[in-house]
Amino acid sequence: MTLVQFIFFYNAAVITLCSYLVVTRRNPVHSVLFMLLMFFHIAGLYLSLNSEFIAALQVIVYAGAILVLFLFVIFLLNLRDESLEDKSITNWPTAAVISLSLFAVVTGITSGLKPGATGQWSIEKINEVTHIKAIGMVLYTEYIFPFEVASLVLLVAMIGAITLAKKHVD
Amino acid sequence: MVPMHWYIWLSAAVFAMGVYGFLSRRNVIIMFMSIELMLNAVNINLVAMSHYMQDLTGQVLTFFVITVAAAEAAVGLAIIIALFRNRETTHVDDLRELKG
Repeated sequence: MTLVQFIFFYNAAVITLCSYLVVTRRNPVHSVLFMLLMFFHIAGLYLSLNSEFIAALQVIVYAGAILVLFLFVIFLLNLRDESLEDKSITNWPTAAVISLSLFAVVTGITSGLKPGATGQWSIEKINEVTHIKAIGMVLYTEYIFPFEVASLVLLVAMIGAITLAKKHVD
Repeated sequence: MVPMHWYIWLSAAVFAMGVYGFLSRRNVIIMFMSIELMLNAVNINLVAMSHYMQDLTGQVLTFFVITVAAAEAAVGLAIIIALFRNRETTHVDDLRELKG
């Protein structure tokens, strides 16, 4: 097994295990911590795929902002462990059947995929200008309109979150 | 050499875990985390395909998915806070009636 394959297997194993642990823990703080571990290994996977900007973005935004937001909300709501009765995990065989059949359909369809015509951004060309500059060259020329729309989405989200969560002083 | 369909299988596995978590858990915070799991699975798929097709479109789309996921997490958690303030429960099955 080559080093690249070993890196992929290690990251994939930890990602799959952590994703299972996220959805099955009773304590929500444990779920968030396993999700943090999973995000770091997803960033490791991105690093092995030669995209260090996306890896940094994953750690900064997901692990650094979104998970902290989750933790703040959990602490603000003062959530305790889910009680031991089955109230919190309802009807899990149906959910398991649905998710397993979804997995089977997706893997069955995509196992025969072959990549089509390759584009122009080979690994050498990305490494020659650095990766973040390569993404900038594509993002600010071809995808400038979605970029501006994304900034609008963030503005709306900021205004909406503040309006929804503030205490209304009557 | 890692074949491309291994990444697609990994992405499908994480997505299936997200679907399982969303459908089986009734705590609204865990349901939100399952949504983030599904978005991350899609991101893995996009970055892997971008690497194998030698194109940067997948990574640009990943950038936008991360942005929208951050915005959606902020608004969703604000909704949860407002909901918890009124109903004192995070159990989704108890939140079945509109007011009035």
